[in-house]
Amino acid sequence: MTTMTTNTTVLEASDVTMRFGGLTAVRSVDLTVNSGEIVGLIGPNGAGKTTFFNCLTGLYVPTEGKVSYKGTVLPPKPHLVTSAGIARTFQNIRLFANMTVLENVLVGRHTRTKEGLWSALLRGPGFKKAEATSNEKAMELLEFIGLAHKADHLARNLPYGEQRKLEIARALASEPGLLLLDEPTAGMNPQETRATEELVFAIRDKGIAILVIEHDMRFIFNLCDRVAVLVQGEKLVEGTSEVVQADERVVAAYLGTPFEGAPGDEEVAEVEAAEAASATTSKEAPSTNTRTEDGQ
Amino acid sequence: MTTDTTTPSTHTTPVLPLPTTAARAGVLTGAALALAGTFLAWTQSDAFPGNLTVTGYPGGLQVITLVGAALTLLLALSGMGIRGLGWLTPGGKNSPVRLTALGVLGTTAYAMTAISAQLGGTINLEPGAWISGTGALIAAVAAFGLPADLPADDTITGFRARFKHALKAPTPGRAKELPNSAEILIIAAAFGTGLYVFAYGIDAYSELFVGFFITTALVATALFRAGLIARLNRLTAKHRTITLTAALIAAACFPFTQTDESYALIGANILIFATVALGLNVVVGLAGLLDLGYVAFLGVGAYTAALVSGSPQSTFGIQFPFWAAVLAGAAASLIFGVLIGAPTLRLRGDYLAIVTLGFGEIFRITMNNLNGSAGPDVTNGSQGIPNIPDLELFGFNFGMPHDIAGFTLGRSGNYYLLMLLFTAVVVMVFRRSGESRIGRAWVAIREDETAATAMGINGFRVKLIAFALGATLAGFAGTVQAHVSYSITPEQYLFANTVPPNSAFLLAAVILGGMGTISGPLIGAALLYLIPAKLQFLEDFQLILFGLALILLMRFRPEGLVANKRAQLQFHENDQLDVPEQRTDTTAVGTAKAGA
Repeated sequence: MTTMTTNTTVLEASDVTMRFGGLTAVRSVDLTVNSGEIVGLIGPNGAGKTTFFNCLTGLYVPTEGKVSYKGTVLPPKPHLVTSAGIARTFQNIRLFANMTVLENVLVGRHTRTKEGLWSALLRGPGFKKAEATSNEKAMELLEFIGLAHKADHLARNLPYGEQRKLEIARALASEPGLLLLDEPTAGMNPQETRATEELVFAIRDKGIAILVIEHDMRFIFNLCDRVAVLVQGEKLVEGTSEVVQADERVVAAYLGTPFEGAPGDEEVAEVEAAEAASATTSKEAPSTNTRTEDGQ
Repeated sequence: MTTDTTTPSTHTTPVLPLPTTAARAGVLTGAALALAGTFLAWTQSDAFPGNLTVTGYPGGLQVITLVGAALTLLLALSGMGIRGLGWLTPGGKNSPVRLTALGVLGTTAYAMTAISAQLGGTINLEPGAWISGTGALIAAVAAFGLPADLPADDTITGFRARFKHALKAPTPGRAKELPNSAEILIIAAAFGTGLYVFAYGIDAYSELFVGFFITTALVATALFRAGLIARLNRLTAKHRTITLTAALIAAACFPFTQTDESYALIGANILIFATVALGLNVVVGLAGLLDLGYVAFLGVGAYTAALVSGSPQSTFGIQFPFWAAVLAGAAASLIFGVLIGAPTLRLRGDYLAIVTLGFGEIFRITMNNLNGSAGPDVTNGSQGIPNIPDLELFGFNFGMPHDIAGFTLGRSGNYYLLMLLFTAVVVMVFRRSGESRIGRAWVAIREDETAATAMGINGFRVKLIAFALGATLAGFAGTVQAHVSYSITPEQYLFANTVPPNSAFLLAAVILGGMGTISGPLIGAALLYLIPAKLQFLEDFQLILFGLALILLMRFRPEGLVANKRAQLQFHENDQLDVPEQRTDTTAVGTAKAGA
């Protein structure tokens, strides 16, 4: 079911299910991300992409299934997930709005530094050295995303596109092996989207694997080595851009069924059959269903 | 300011339609008259405090009027561009004049009303008072005939809007580079002036304090509008260590300016209050945890120190050396902080406020009940622990007056200096912890806890450290408080009371002064201690006036008196120029996706 490559597996989510009371937001989703890979996660609104992300990062504890990073199962605590090596950005920007740009990135370095309260109070040489290194690395990152000249601005004063960039820089500051991007181009114009694309490639070239949620299809198909499609909490298809783009069920899931009495009854029947195969039978045998769909 | 894009016509028309030259002449004559009036008698009877009866020698409220009028004159002359005075008004030229003129008017009007009310009728006013009053009125009216400092557009209409606009001023430009030594001298002079004003305020009797307060508040605003405060801030930011040293020296000089023991005691109590407020600032200002029972930690420290102080009424009957008592007090508070924090800090938001509020009360009631009848005899219940002996460190008895360099330092003065040392330690702890990895983590948690944990911060642990550190600092200060106040009782540690420190006043001091700053809580605490202490005739209305003042402050200056850069930008959004509003509004997208 998964494309096995010679690369090492960075992230492995197997059989992840998330239920909120009676609502199953994510249903037995398997996903792997290999090193050096950019994997996309797409799906219509409400498909459970962000919920799945939250399961990966320990913000939610999955009802079933497990998530492991480089072979070790992740503890269900966000800060431990981050120190293990997974960093994330948020769909609706969550910067520390009243801290400066530099401070935001420094907070991202929290897991890679050790200085506690005592060393802060005593200010020994170790503390000064650690602060200097942190500052230096943070400035390097700001240089990398092109915000070094705004290091002393408050994060809230940055224009929207730069806030998105800063979120990425803050996530990178934790020196992750895997970066999760939740809709990094939401609300961006085409130029900004292209710049983000460049940035994501540059991050990949640093040896960081990337998992990205996105609505902008052009962006995602340009960018990703592999794309997984999530519909109503289940993984519909996974494969290269071409495979996913050609899949009729994906089209149906995005565009919906044609309205009643529309010409082309045959197509309608086809789409309905596809939907029936994917969605309605899921109650009886969800796992077999996904597995058959995914065989490529 | 409202920058206009549609109407190009801006103007600086004054509130009152006077020719500028006439207005200037009015201000100068008015201020000069008010000044001259202070040299004449204001009343015949010396029943009114301050001796306002002597001609040729101003006293009491006359002195304050004199200073205010002189400042008005100086600022007005500086606004006219007189050579050598330009440095006084790098920012606004005319709005400072308006503010000081209002201050003089307020003080003289208050003085005249108070004399008439106390002595029975305006018949008691001598010509001097009338001259000063008329002068102040002329100056204030004429000052509003001076042009506005900022150009107004047509959107500012109505008297109120134009009145408010007339008091605004532009921020000053970059100052001329001065040699380092000159800058340091300026800082020293500023702290010297600050010390003098503070000492004057502490010594003032009720009537004088009201006049003092009116004038100081308006003159401080005037200096702010004139841009002098901004200039000074730039200097202090540049020489931070020197500023801290200067502040420390100025504060250490305070007891030497006091001849009266009771005023030195006010100083010591203000320091205790301010130190505890600064400790609370770690919890509230940096980590954003609302603690409504903070005074209990002060109590824990004070009780611990009292129990081991060797007081004959202490059930322990042992006497620790002072350093051990301090460590014991801080450690006891630390333990209580961890005990209270550990179960509650896992929760977010208001739960902590409720639990700490409860803890504050539980502490007080427990201390009341550990009296031998309702519970084991530890604290003597509501009797408290009296007769706490004075400290003696290295042969220096804190209870005795000592002669130092020709000045006599009484008991309160001694304790003031000891407390100052504690304050300095707390300031250092606050500053160092705030500017470190842990301090950044606190602010991050305060800003957005979810994002902070996603950045690898262990929210619970970091919050617990803040909470425990805050508790420790309060306990630390409490050990001195026990000795300063001779005896401690549970009723000193209430949630709300008319006498600080109590939890409500501590929180108010932090918020009033400015959250997350060092000088904010210190200034806030000084004001909150002095105002109730000086205005005792308000007795029954104290708390309601206090509430009213807080509401007004939150309405007009939510970031507190001393704003840090962050808060200033946070509360006054119009300073933001480069944030495209609609595109940052991701909440619409967010809510649409929340169902996922």
